[in-house]
Parts: sequence; C-alpha cells; structure tokens
Amino acid sequence: MTAYLVRRLVGTIPVFLLITLLVFLLLHAAPGDPASLLLSDNTSGADVAEARQRWGLDRPVYIQYLKFFTAAVTGDLGKSFRFAQPVSDLIAARLPATIELAAFSILIAITLAVPLGVWAGAKPNSWMDNLGTSFGLFGISMPNFWLGIMLILLFAGNFHILPSAGRSTYGVAGSRETGFYLLESMLQGNWTAVKDALLHMAMPALALGANMIGILMRVTRSAVLEVMHEEYVVTARAKGMAEQQVLWRHVLSNALIPIVTVVGLELGTLLSGSIIVETVFAWPGMGSLLIMGVTSRDYPLVMGLVMMYTAAFVTINLVIDALYGFIDPRIRY
Amino acid sequence: MDLSTRESATSPAGAPAPAQRAGLAWLRPWMRVKVYVGGLIVLLLVVVGTGAPVLAPHDPNAQQLRATLQAPQWLGGAHFLGTDNLGRDVLSRIIYGARVSLLVAFAVVTISGFVGVTLGAVSGYFGGKVDFVIQKLVEVMWAFPPLLLAITILAFLGQGLFNLILALVAQRWIQYCRVVRGQALSLKTRDFVTATRALGASDGIIIRRHILPNLMQISMVIGTFAMASAIISEASLSFLGLGVPPQIPTWGTMLADGRIYISTAWWLALFPGLCIFLTVLGINLLGDALRDILDPRLKRTGAGM
Repeated sequence: MTAYLVRRLVGTIPVFLLITLLVFLLLHAAPGDPASLLLSDNTSGADVAEARQRWGLDRPVYIQYLKFFTAAVTGDLGKSFRFAQPVSDLIAARLPATIELAAFSILIAITLAVPLGVWAGAKPNSWMDNLGTSFGLFGISMPNFWLGIMLILLFAGNFHILPSAGRSTYGVAGSRETGFYLLESMLQGNWTAVKDALLHMAMPALALGANMIGILMRVTRSAVLEVMHEEYVVTARAKGMAEQQVLWRHVLSNALIPIVTVVGLELGTLLSGSIIVETVFAWPGMGSLLIMGVTSRDYPLVMGLVMMYTAAFVTINLVIDALYGFIDPRIRY
Repeated sequence: MDLSTRESATSPAGAPAPAQRAGLAWLRPWMRVKVYVGGLIVLLLVVVGTGAPVLAPHDPNAQQLRATLQAPQWLGGAHFLGTDNLGRDVLSRIIYGARVSLLVAFAVVTISGFVGVTLGAVSGYFGGKVDFVIQKLVEVMWAFPPLLLAITILAFLGQGLFNLILALVAQRWIQYCRVVRGQALSLKTRDFVTATRALGASDGIIIRRHILPNLMQISMVIGTFAMASAIISEASLSFLGLGVPPQIPTWGTMLADGRIYISTAWWLALFPGLCIFLTVLGINLLGDALRDILDPRLKRTGAGM
C-alpha cells in the first residue's frame, strides 16, 4: 500500500513537469512577444528591450523554462502585474474561500444524493425511482452559472432572504485570521457569524453542487441496483434483518467504491465549476481571482493559479486512490 | 469463437443498430419517452440553428435605443421575449445563439472524436512506445480540471471561434481515446483480426477496415455526451467573456449581459439559460437512450457523465 502510494507520488512528478512546460509554452505561443504582452501598449522600444533583458527573455527558451521552473518549485510564482504582490501571497489569501465553498458543496451533494440514490436503487421503477432519476438528469443538465443566477433572482431578488454576493455581511464576523470564516466562527462559538457565513454560502454551494448531486445520485442508484441481488444481501434478509439496516449496512457499504470514484472524478469538475460560480456570486476565492487575472492579462497570476489548480487536482486523485484500500480491504496494491 | 466475434468477422462494416432493425416499439415506455423528447429538442436545435436568418423576426444586432429593456410581450407585440439593454430583440438573439451552440458543439465533437478515436486505436493496437507516448499525453491533459485547460488556452491565445473550438477539443478527445484504446486492446487479439493479418493485410488496413468500424457504436455514445458537455462549456466560456467575440450573439454572452440587469429585467437571464438547460437535457436524454440501445455495458462505466 505505502509502496504503491510512493510509486504513484513519484509518477505524478513527470506529469507535473509536463504541465508546467505546457503552460510555459502556451505563454510563448500567445500572439506577440511575451515582453510586449506583459508591458502596457505605450512603452517605447528601448523599454521593451530593457524588460526583455530584465525578465531574461533574451535567453534561449530552455533556459527560461528551467529558471521559471526552479523558481516555481521553491514557491516563487512571480509578481502579479495588477496587484503588484507576490502571486503566492494572493493565492494563499484566496485559497480558504475556495476550499470552504467546495467542501460545503460536496457535503450538500453527498447528503442529498446518496440517500436519494439508495432509495431509488432499492425500488427500481417505483415513483421514488422515477422522481429521483429525473431529478438526477436535471442536475446533470443544469448549467451551474444559470442555476446561480436563477437562485439570486428568486431568493435575493424576490424573497430577500439570502445575500446575493460575498462571504459575509460587513461588520458581522469577528476574527478572520485563517480565512476559513465558517470553521473559525464555529470554533469560536460565534453563532451570529456562523449563521451569516452559512447564509452567504447556501446559494453558491447549491449552484456548484447541482451537477454533482445529479451524477452522484445516478451512480449511487446503479451501484445499489447491482449490489441488491448479491448473496450476502439475500442472507442478511433471510436472517430477519430489518430492511433499512440491510440497505445502509450491507448494500451501501458495498456500493461505496463507485461512489467514491465518482466523488473523486467530480471534484475536478467541481474545481472548474467553482471558477464560474465564484464569478457569479462575487465569491472572493481563487476562481474569481483567475478570471480577474485573465481579463487583465495578468500572466504570472494566471500561470500561478493554473499550476495551483492542477496540483490540487492531481493530489485529489492520489488521495482517492489511497481511499480505495480503506473502503475495500480486499483491494491490495 | 463466440457469437460476437463471428458477428464482427462477418460484418466488418459495423452491424446496423438494433433500433434501425426493429423500430422503437421494443423499447421500454420510459425509454421511448426519452428518445422522443430528446430527439425533438435536438431536431429543434438543428432547425433553429440552421434556419436562423429565416426564423428570426429581427436582426439580432439591431439596436433600438428607444425600446430598451422591454418585458416579454408574448403574442401581443413586436418583441415576443422582450428586448435587452440596447433594445435588441431577445428572441432573435436566442435563435442566432442556437447557431453558435450548434456549430461549436458539432465541430468540437467531430474533431475530438476523430483525434481521440484515431489516437486511441493506434495506441491500443500498436502498444509499446507509441502507446506510452500517447498515454503520457492523456495523463498530462487529464491532470487539468475540466474547463481550466480551455480557460488557460483562451487566456493566452485570446478569444475567437477557432481558438474556442481548439480549447474545447484540447481535453475532449481524451474520453474517446481512453475508451477506444481499451476496446482496441481487446479487439486486436480477436480471431477475425488474426485471420486478416494471416491473409497478409497491413496494419493500416486492419485498423481502418476492421478495428475502427467496431468502435463506431461506442464512439457515438461518447459523442452524444461530449456534445452536451461541449454546449455547457461553450456557454460557460462565453459567459466568462472568453468565448466568441461579443458581437456574435450566444446564449452564454446573453446570460452574462442579463446578469447585470437581474434586478430589473428577469427575462434577459431566464430565457438564454433555459435554452442551454433544455438543449443539454435533450441531448442527455438521447444519450441515455442511445447508450442503453447500443451498448448496455457502458452503463456501468458511466462514460460521458
């Protein structure tokens, strides 16, 4: 197990290397010289030449790449043009907001989708199944940014019960040292701040989680359907075990592998979905920062964020692989 | 030699889908509903998309600054679904928007299908170094969260129809490649391939005439779901302002504009989004049915979802 994980970890290194190379090459494939892209339009020729030298753009491409890479692995992602701050600082300040939103979305998705899927799978072709399946299909087909806008229209515009943007009401929250507003408020027992954070998170988390709810529900359903006729389930019933206990103890625990796989796969979709949902709800996370960087052509910022996202995604996949061994003791590496 | 092998051997051009042979009557009622509803929506998209210049009541870019932000007038006025902040007819823009969605989705699915199936078949058939290189490429592309790669490409290359299609193809071919590679791996050991090789056929002929036709059905199923995801991705990128140039009306850009006027003009955000949702729903319905008809085995792998 440990040996397998180490092997996987080592295996991700070349992948990550190639990613940095790809992102680096994209910057060079951009129309025009990076120096003229990185400077404003009204700089003189001499300034551009000076900048080329300062940024090392007059050196061969492979040297530029190696320099960029060695800086990146030591955590130096360069300086943002727009914010004139180190990119790593900017990302660190925004990371907790994205993590908190994504975690809350996953929580909502799992608590809604798994029971729905189990009920639907336990009684195939019942009204419960048809309702659940249609619900799942709706979730899959829903563009998350539209759902977000519609939620704003309904709950912020019409009923005025939920805030439409941001993470907290001005002046509500106490200390925010870590950036995890919800977690920090909970640990401090500041329930006004907890409620405020939850209210702000409700709509973005639902918009972000909708696709996952749909997919997770469908996968749970088909996994349960498959396990339902296994012999140990029949045995459990024959022993006189209550149906609910059979479902949750025997069926669900054996249906977990495909469910966990899908949660892992969908985390990538969730990450990219958060880029859009954060923009819709003005959520101060990495996603809205990325879009700001893209629209203002802040290349160091964009590159830093892209590498951050891919690193997160690769790590998630690694963790999911490790989880298999815990869920199903039969799996050996 | 089992039955399926003999079938593949006798009809290398790909057996006709069961649906064509027996009509739809044998399908379960719920599945038939899926086919009809999904088919109707997709047909509507194709008709509206191709016939946009005839069907649209107004020029989608004609501004009427005296008639801005008019609420939907339904059948009672000139602007069925109202007008936007520049007085442009919402219905006409939606009709022209269907065109972009259709064009981008079709181009993305065809190109990524071609690239993915070819690379997948080559990778699975030849194995060895070729396989290693292609699979490393797959691994790298796969390490990007979906859509992030497209955003990155568009961020550096700039917006435009061609770049948009390129950005969407960049990751979508992988799905084809992975499934097709697995299939090709098992196909190449089948008796009919061995027999063809014994007859002296070259690798190129075996791939083109005997491997690829057997991969068509599975590729069609992947393609349907890829189409749904391409439409959502195109709308997402346009919504973020990274897709096609702003003068071309698309559902995504309409939503982005509509979001600004959300408190005063609900119709600007409602209708384009509804179109995206219904289109994707229709394609997914059709994809579900197609998957069950063509390849029930795929159901478990969750390909395309």
